[in-house]
Amino acid sequence: MGESIVVMKEIEKRFPGVHALNQCQIELKTGEVHALVGENGAGKSTLMKVLTGVFKKDSGTILYRGREVEILNPKMAQDLGICIIHQELNLMPDLTIAENIFIGRETRKIVRCFLNDEIINRESKKILETMNVKLDVKTKVENLTVAQQQMIEIAKALSFNSKVLIMDEPTAALTESEIKELFRIIKDLKAKGVSIVYISHRMGELKQICDRVTVMRDGKYIATRDLKQVTIGDIIHMMVGREIYGSEIQKPYKGNNQVILKVKNLNRKKLIKNVSFELRKGEILGFAGLMGAGRTEVARAVFGADKKDSGKIYLNGKEVEINSPQNAVKHGIGYLSEDRKQYGVILGLDVETNTVMADWGNYLKKFGWVNKDKVCKNAKKQIDLLKIKTPSEKQLLLNLSGGNQQKVVIGKWLTRQCDILIFDEPTRGIDVGAKSEIYKLLNYLSKQGKSIIVISSELPEILRLSHRIVVMCEGRKTGELSIENASQHKIMELATSKS
Amino acid sequence: MQDNIVVKKSMINKNTFQKILALGALIILTAAFSIASPNFASKNNIVSILLATAVNGVLAIGVTFVIITGGIDLSIGTSMTFASVMIGVAVTFLGLPVWVGVMVGLAAGAMVGFVSGVCVSKLKLPPFIATLGMMMITKGLSLIISGTKPIYFLDAPVFSKISTGELLGIPFAVYIMFGVALIAHIILNKTILGRYTFAIGSNEEATRLSGINVDKWKIAIYILNGVFVGLAGVLMASRLNSAHPALGQGYELDAIAAVVIGGTSMSGGKGTIAGTLIGAFIMSVLINGLRMLSVPQEWQTVVTGIIVIVAVFSDIVRRKKASRV
Repeated sequence: MGESIVVMKEIEKRFPGVHALNQCQIELKTGEVHALVGENGAGKSTLMKVLTGVFKKDSGTILYRGREVEILNPKMAQDLGICIIHQELNLMPDLTIAENIFIGRETRKIVRCFLNDEIINRESKKILETMNVKLDVKTKVENLTVAQQQMIEIAKALSFNSKVLIMDEPTAALTESEIKELFRIIKDLKAKGVSIVYISHRMGELKQICDRVTVMRDGKYIATRDLKQVTIGDIIHMMVGREIYGSEIQKPYKGNNQVILKVKNLNRKKLIKNVSFELRKGEILGFAGLMGAGRTEVARAVFGADKKDSGKIYLNGKEVEINSPQNAVKHGIGYLSEDRKQYGVILGLDVETNTVMADWGNYLKKFGWVNKDKVCKNAKKQIDLLKIKTPSEKQLLLNLSGGNQQKVVIGKWLTRQCDILIFDEPTRGIDVGAKSEIYKLLNYLSKQGKSIIVISSELPEILRLSHRIVVMCEGRKTGELSIENASQHKIMELATSKS
Repeated sequence: MQDNIVVKKSMINKNTFQKILALGALIILTAAFSIASPNFASKNNIVSILLATAVNGVLAIGVTFVIITGGIDLSIGTSMTFASVMIGVAVTFLGLPVWVGVMVGLAAGAMVGFVSGVCVSKLKLPPFIATLGMMMITKGLSLIISGTKPIYFLDAPVFSKISTGELLGIPFAVYIMFGVALIAHIILNKTILGRYTFAIGSNEEATRLSGINVDKWKIAIYILNGVFVGLAGVLMASRLNSAHPALGQGYELDAIAAVVIGGTSMSGGKGTIAGTLIGAFIMSVLINGLRMLSVPQEWQTVVTGIIVIVAVFSDIVRRKKASRV
């Protein structure tokens, strides 16, 4: 680790009504992996967008290799050697790997408007080789996995001879083995003197890969620490200003053992292989596994969103045929998708409309007129119950934070009086503070007698929430643990055991 | 990571599948009509199919570029008429030489394309609305400029030869169409403009973030489309030996139908010139064949509509299969 390569000082940025960056600072050294953490809305992305020229700072200074620079647009940042890899990948799926890497910098033939792809293919191949990634550069990007696409983004950044690489939540969509591969590449880059800003919500990763951490809160700089000298607890404490995370785990199940939902020998193509499980009254059943293990597929098949090939579903001991989501909802099953924005809420509508969305029938007067009073009363009830932070029940969903949107989805299914709730990655994209509130809420619901299935890729979350844990691997159920004898280690073993 | 390296080769084949499907459909249609109607395969009829495809083919080839960017151009039919009226103005009203008239036609098309391109890129209008407006504007202008009457090219007999002059018994217009297709294929696959056409249609935001001036290239693509429209105007006017200001509307839909049948995705990013050409031929073979079988014109239109729906549906099914792997 050498001298500073980037120093940002006293950075100010205001948007209408928001003081996004308030005297912010960060210092990045050559060849370090520098974690940048903070709750959603803390200003991490804004700060990085100032550094990469997407936003213009109101005031403050940026030093790059000791020289003061003005970065006015992304192109300038690129020319300096500063590159960002966004959370949403910015690739063109219909173009090949090489075409993507060199988009905007195509090599031409003598007649300038004609392309000469031989050179970009050769250069791309070279870059991929230095990264130890074995892919044909003429493959179209649409045929790659998310992880491979991310590698291409990194390759693209390297092709600019980047000295500073900013990664925004790079592991959000990766499996364990893909994360390992990414970390290998990050370590390689570091050894070559590339500096990396690593933005992540996953605290566990920071210790593995990062050297130092800068914490932000409410647009302000809080502190920079050497990661060897702080605990995760310390970092979280700085992020939220209060202790919340810890290594809590769920208490054992204390219900009456009444089986509410029983799934037997569920099969669907190659995705689900003979999966059986039971869910009891007031129980939280965790589904653990790596990405692609088939957990979401099980949830969707139970909910009737996908057709199952075979298998039986029993509700309260009676066999039922669930072949559509409408049908599942009728039976009192609610499904909260991992993709909240696409399937869970309607962003352009207000809180009260969203909460009655699954239960319109009970909120109508004669001739189909909406019973506005009843809708409003229900919304107020859910806002109180779930502690949804919103100025009023008329607020549009797009103005709420991710955590509060998630609560509205929960409110929707509570309005429908569902007894079985399936949560698919309930805290994805939600900051640490809102996470713990969602946890509390799930516990509260289970105490009210709701039976809950939680699918989560974060092991601490599984341990914190579940009374019992089903572990899946490649479409099979590879084990079932009660919370008393579960540990991250055991779950991981089951999640990677192929048989 | 190791086991992820295998890229599914089968998916790549699926993309060529639509082209083979369209070509297969064309061959089957041709064979079926040849059997059903003995006159269908006669040389005269084949020449008339080729000639009938020329205008629609050129329009469809141009609009393929726009559709690959994820846009649409509804104004191509009436812009074509506008271009031919402008040729009439140049050649008949002003007495300029034919080659100047042709240039005026191409320029008129390019001009309309430029305006559409600016509306879509700089003013951020949805392409559907922008070009709907241009459709009405060009239609109105054609009527105004021509005084609502056809303009005849009686003083310039050379002009009609552009379309109808023959080489080896085949009209020039057919050669022009194939030549245009070849040029368009090269532009789409070998030039920087083609690369950015696909890039914009594939992920416009990512293209912008890669430092590419998307607005500029979009305008260029609409202008290119406009040049093809202008050329279609030349072919049309030359074939009729006159510019009919009231003609043209409806041609845009035939052209777009040909593009879609040819496997170009309306959501952008995917498409080929060969596919579009096949699509245009499917449409004219169908219409010609049905006419040979004395199917009334109203029913020809119904059948064309069904073909469009079947083609788009097969595209959706294929896409679903590809994403399910």
